[in-house]
Amino acid sequence: MAQLITRQGMPPDTWHMLEPSADQSAETLLLPAGDTIFPLAVWQARKADIIGRGKRIGLLLQPGERVEDIVDDLAHFALIAINFPKFGDGRGYSTASLLRQRYNFRGELRAVGEVLHDQLFFMHRVGFDSYALKDGKDAAHALAAGFSPFSDSYQASTRPPQPHFRRRA
Amino acid sequence: MYQYDVIDRQLLNERIAEFRDQLRRWQAGELSDDEFRPLRVRNGLYIQRHAPMLRIAVPYGLLNSRQLRTLARIARQYDRSYGHFTTRHNLQLNWPKIEDVPDILAELAEVEMHAIQTSGNCVRNITTDAFAGVAADEIIDPRPLAEILRQWSTFHPEFSFLPRKFKIAISGTREDRAVTWFHDIGLHLRQENGETGFTVIVGGGLGRTPIRGEVVREFLPWQHILSYCEAILRVYNRFGRRDNAFKARIKILVQTLGVEEFTRQVEAEWAHGKDGPATITQAEYDRVAAHFAAPAYQPSTVEDAAFARHRQENTAFARWLERCTHPHRVAGYRAVTLSLKKHGVPPGDITAEQMDIVADLATHFSFGELRIAHEQNIILADVRESHLYALWLTARGAGLATPNIGLLTGIICCPGGDFCDLANAKSIPIANAIQQRFDDLDHLFDIGEVDLNISGCMNACGHHHIGHIGVLGVDRKDAEYYQVTLGGRQGNDARLGKVIGPAFPAGEMPDVIEKVIQVYLDHRHVDERFLDTFDRIGMAPFKNRVYASRAHGKAKTAEMEAA
Repeated sequence: MAQLITRQGMPPDTWHMLEPSADQSAETLLLPAGDTIFPLAVWQARKADIIGRGKRIGLLLQPGERVEDIVDDLAHFALIAINFPKFGDGRGYSTASLLRQRYNFRGELRAVGEVLHDQLFFMHRVGFDSYALKDGKDAAHALAAGFSPFSDSYQASTRPPQPHFRRRA
Repeated sequence: MYQYDVIDRQLLNERIAEFRDQLRRWQAGELSDDEFRPLRVRNGLYIQRHAPMLRIAVPYGLLNSRQLRTLARIARQYDRSYGHFTTRHNLQLNWPKIEDVPDILAELAEVEMHAIQTSGNCVRNITTDAFAGVAADEIIDPRPLAEILRQWSTFHPEFSFLPRKFKIAISGTREDRAVTWFHDIGLHLRQENGETGFTVIVGGGLGRTPIRGEVVREFLPWQHILSYCEAILRVYNRFGRRDNAFKARIKILVQTLGVEEFTRQVEAEWAHGKDGPATITQAEYDRVAAHFAAPAYQPSTVEDAAFARHRQENTAFARWLERCTHPHRVAGYRAVTLSLKKHGVPPGDITAEQMDIVADLATHFSFGELRIAHEQNIILADVRESHLYALWLTARGAGLATPNIGLLTGIICCPGGDFCDLANAKSIPIANAIQQRFDDLDHLFDIGEVDLNISGCMNACGHHHIGHIGVLGVDRKDAEYYQVTLGGRQGNDARLGKVIGPAFPAGEMPDVIEKVIQVYLDHRHVDERFLDTFDRIGMAPFKNRVYASRAHGKAKTAEMEAA
C-alpha cells in the first residue's frame, strides 16, 4: 500500500478513494459516507448527491482530464488528487500548475499513482502538498532527502512564484 | 564567457549529490532499471552497445582552455584518452565506468561544466551558431539569451517529464547556421523598428519524420521569450502524444492540429503568462550579457607582412586559409576552424593530447576561449592574422588542419553502429572509405563545396536530411545498406534532401559518391557549386548514372533516350 507523506512527515490518511469497478455506473453507485475522493465522471454525474452528503469532497483527475472542465466547481473541493499512472507521464505537473497559478485552488493537492522519491522536489514546486509514495519505497529516505535535493531554483513556478533573477539582492 | 555565481555552483553541486544518491539506490536495488533510466540519462549516462556512454554538455558550444584541459584529463583518467563531439554541442565519452560517473561529474563541476539534461524527455542543451559574437552577418549576439534559456530550462519543475525530448536552437545572424528550421523550437533573433526580438519557429525536426518547422510568431520582443516558451511547452506537455514514442515529438502535435490551431492554443496560453514573473528584466539581461563582452581586440587595417608572404609562398597554408578561416567583424582578425575531419579518423573524434594542444592554441591565440560547431569541428573565434601561420603549424602537427571544411570529406557523421545502440548500420567506416577515395586535395578543392552527412539510423544524429549529399544507414534483412539523398541544405532556405533510389551495400558507397560527384563535374557551369548544379539539372542525371549498371523501369528508359 502507498505511504502518504507530506514535507512534514507521514500523516494518517483520512480520505477514502472511491474506485468504482467496471460494472458500476456513476449514476447509480452507492456513495460512501466519509471524506471521499471521487473520480471526475462520478462527480459530474452526481454533483448534487455528493454535496448533499455534507462531507468533505475530493476529486481525482487523470492525466488527460482537463482542469478547464471543473474550474466552476473548485470551491467544492477540499482536495484534488492528480494521478500519475506512470512516473514518466508528466501531464499532472501542468494540471497542478494550472490549478495553483491560474485558478488559485487553495485546497490540498495530492499526487497519487506512480509517485517516486525523485519526483517529489518537482511536485512540491508545482504545488502539491501530499504524496502517496509508491508501495515498497523507502518513505523515511524520501522524507529526509526527496524534497530537498536543491536549495533553490532558477524558474518561477508555484513555489517560489518569482524566478531567481527577480530575487537577486 | 558566462562565469558561474553562487546559485549556479550550488545547484550544480547539489545535482551531483542527488545523482550519487540515485546511483547508490539503483545499486542497492531500491530503484529498478526502469526507474533509474530517466534519472541517469538526465545526467548524460547511457548504457549501450559495448560500455556506458557519458554525454557532457557544452552549452551553446562555448568552452575555455581550462575546461578543455579538464576534459582531456577526464578522458585520460576515466576513458580511453579520446572523446567525440556530436552535432549538438556535446562531448561524448565512450568508455567510462558507471561507478565513476559521479566523480567525473564532480570534476566537471569544478570547471563549471555538467551533463545535465543531455538526454531524457526534457529540454536539452541549447544550441547556436559557433560564430556567435564574431560573425560578420550577426544582428544580435545570441549567447546571453542562450544562457538565460539554459538557466530557465535547468530542472524546470513542470517540463521535466515531457512526451519526448525537446531541443531549442537560437540564431542571431542573417544566414541561419544553427539549423533552427529543424528544432522543436527555433529562434531567429532580429530587430524590428529598433526593437530586439525573435521569430519563433516550432515543430521542426529531423529523425524518423523529418519536418521543417512552422513560424508560430513573426516577432516576439525578447523580454517574453521565457513566458512564450512556457506557453509552447505547456500546450505540448498537456496535448502531445504519449501513446507512441515515434509520434510524441512536438512536430507531430503541430502537424496534427495544424499550425493555425496550434498557434491559437499557444497564444491563448501565453495571454496568461505574458508580462508575468518569467518576463526577463533588463537588469538580468545586462548581468548575463556583461559576461559576453567583446575581448580586448587590437584592430589592424594593415596586413601583416609575414602573413602575406607565407600566404603567397606556401600553398598548403593558403589552402588552409581558404577552407579553415572565416571573416571576422574586427579588422585584422579571422575565425579559425580546427578540423576534426582528418581522413581516416572518426569524424568529430578528438584525442586527449589534441584537447591539450587546442587548449594551448586558444590560450595563446584566441583569448582562452573556443567553440564547438554543430559540424563537429572546433572554432577559435578571435585570431589575429599575424598569428595564423604559427597557429597553422601547430594545428597541422596535431592533425587538426585538414583543409576540408565545407568540402566533401569534411563529413558530418554520428558514431553509428560501432558504438550506438540505436544504429541500424555503421557510419564511421563509410565516412572513412569516402575520405580515402577522395584523398587527393587538388581534386577535393576542384569539387568545391559539398556537405556530406551520414547517419547510422533514422534518428538522424548525423543530420543526413540536410546534407547536400545525405547517407542514411538502414537495416535490410540483417545487412547494412545505405540510402542516399541529394539536395538537402541548412540555412535560411533549409530543405530536406530527396531520396535518389534503392539503398546500396556498404562496399558500393565510395563508387556511388564518386558517380554522383562525376555527374556534377560533367554538368557544372563555371562557378557552380554542387548544390547549384543539382538545383538546375535535377535528380534524373544523378539517378541514371548511379543506377546505370542495374537500370530498370523509368531510369532505364531515360537512360536509353539520353543515349
